[in-house]
Amino acid sequence: MSDSSTTHATTEPEDGSKRDFIFLATGATAAAGAAAIGWPLVAQMGKAADTLAAGSIEIDLSKIAVGQQLKMLWRGKPVFVRHRTKAEIETAENTDISDCPDPETDNERLVPDNNGNLRPEFLVMVGVCTHFGCVPVGEAGEFDGWYCPCHGSHYDTSGRIRKGPAPKNMEIPPYVFVNENVIKVG
Amino acid sequence: MSGPSTYEPKYAAAKWMDKRLPIIRMGADFMTFPSPRNLNYWYTFGGILALCLVVQILSGVILAMHYVADVDKAFASVQRIRRDVPFGWLLQSMHAVGASMFFLAVYMHMFRGLYYGSYKAPREVIWILGCAIYLVMMATAFLGYTLPWGQMSFWGATVITGFFGAVPVVGESLQEWLLGGYSVDNATLNRFFALHYLLPFVLAGLVGLHVWALHHVGQNNPIGISEKTKEDTLAFHPFYTVKDAFAIAAFLVIFAIFLFYLPDALGHADNYIEADPLKTPAHIVPEWYFLPFYAILRAVPDKLAGILLMLGAIIVLFILPWLDTHKVRSMRFRPIARWFFIFFIFFCFVLGWCGAGTPDDIAVPFGKNSGITFYRVSQIATVYYFAYFLVILPVLGLIEKPLKRPDSITKAVLGDGKHGETLAPAE
Repeated sequence: MSDSSTTHATTEPEDGSKRDFIFLATGATAAAGAAAIGWPLVAQMGKAADTLAAGSIEIDLSKIAVGQQLKMLWRGKPVFVRHRTKAEIETAENTDISDCPDPETDNERLVPDNNGNLRPEFLVMVGVCTHFGCVPVGEAGEFDGWYCPCHGSHYDTSGRIRKGPAPKNMEIPPYVFVNENVIKVG
Repeated sequence: MSGPSTYEPKYAAAKWMDKRLPIIRMGADFMTFPSPRNLNYWYTFGGILALCLVVQILSGVILAMHYVADVDKAFASVQRIRRDVPFGWLLQSMHAVGASMFFLAVYMHMFRGLYYGSYKAPREVIWILGCAIYLVMMATAFLGYTLPWGQMSFWGATVITGFFGAVPVVGESLQEWLLGGYSVDNATLNRFFALHYLLPFVLAGLVGLHVWALHHVGQNNPIGISEKTKEDTLAFHPFYTVKDAFAIAAFLVIFAIFLFYLPDALGHADNYIEADPLKTPAHIVPEWYFLPFYAILRAVPDKLAGILLMLGAIIVLFILPWLDTHKVRSMRFRPIARWFFIFFIFFCFVLGWCGAGTPDDIAVPFGKNSGITFYRVSQIATVYYFAYFLVILPVLGLIEKPLKRPDSITKAVLGDGKHGETLAPAE
């Protein structure tokens, strides 16, 4: 530094700590501000309160005959309630689950009623293929359960994935028995 | 290449403007831009694509004035546009057919770039911007296809947004966040409409960068040799404006044939059925321009692996400038790479064919009930697709001996210089 530096005043204070503090404080405030603006922009994309509220439906099981399947819309997706035949229940129970891609026994896929009994004749599940979300067709496929026409996934009479690209069994929605014949899904 | 500007403002007003905002100069420099004198018709797709973008934005903005983004009204509003709105049938078809034409042109443009090595130095950034344009085009087309709210719209949206559900751990939350609900519904339709309106303008911005980069480094040409002298170039106007205009006219004839005689030929009948979340169409297929990627998606039995492969098929394009290390640009002078390129095109078509088929059906029959399934064929084609970029081009870069190339663009066009003697055509 020569004494010819007279063109502008030296702006650096002798001790830099005061300026460092101002930089840090400004940076922290800007970061907090950006987060406060950014979060609402992200969160608005999520489920709105009315979407969350329209969450449950009741289904009367007594109206479903043996071998019949009821399809109801729940949260924009179909729920299957199938009144299974004896043969279907037997096949589902006697399957060796060790070679299933997503092993689950048939009983694990049922919910007990108010007396603590399982009702294997009623299979309740979300009728959405776990591959890319198509609706599988009933009483079809190599395992006489469901078959997804989109990419060829085969489900058995318990809604378990047995063959094809889907990674998981069809989902069991949260449901409870309101009384002997009525269930509440959601 | 962009040399110093030769524009001289003639009028007082032009001089006044030139000192303040040299926008007339920009236009004039654009029109006099020195282009290689040997560009063939494969080089007209850039201009065609610019027209496609304008057609889509104009027809789209008009359609948006009549369309209603609501699950209960969307399907009917599109039918109303087709039946009741004056010339709505024309504008709606123009937009739908225009999307297919846009992709047709972009694929020609990309194949041209692949053949003539237009992605090589110093044009890597032009190529990468082009890949980004293609990616945004795909997103825009997908979002737009959802809007008519037919069966294919709905189930296509369900399947594609399902990709995000395959992300480990956060997949389901991510998917529901994108959908704004538990499934494709009103929230999804509205945000798709908003984004479908936004993205074309992002495209326009990317196209601006693409052209800027092109004008900075200069155009490639069919022999891939850089321009050396002024002799090697011609002014963009009138030489290539006329050539582009002729190509555009020919392209518009094809466009018009589809628009007026075959408006539904490239769509699916199922999309004339209103969306029904309780019933999946028996055979979900995307529009023709996504079929090759759809085949790659289905070529592996694992959901996540299929998605990663499909994404990889696009990502590999971005890094192509560093995969093909051969110093010769044009495949005219690469006798081996040329054949592998022809097979690459062939397998792209095979992938499209597999994407349209059902995986378990027989594609190539041997005897009565046996043969090779679409699933197996798509696996073979997928392997070739990736091998072309990841194995064949890098290896050929090391071992392939190129043919002898002309000394300059001028010599390639006019022969060895004795005038009137060997006027070989550019082709």
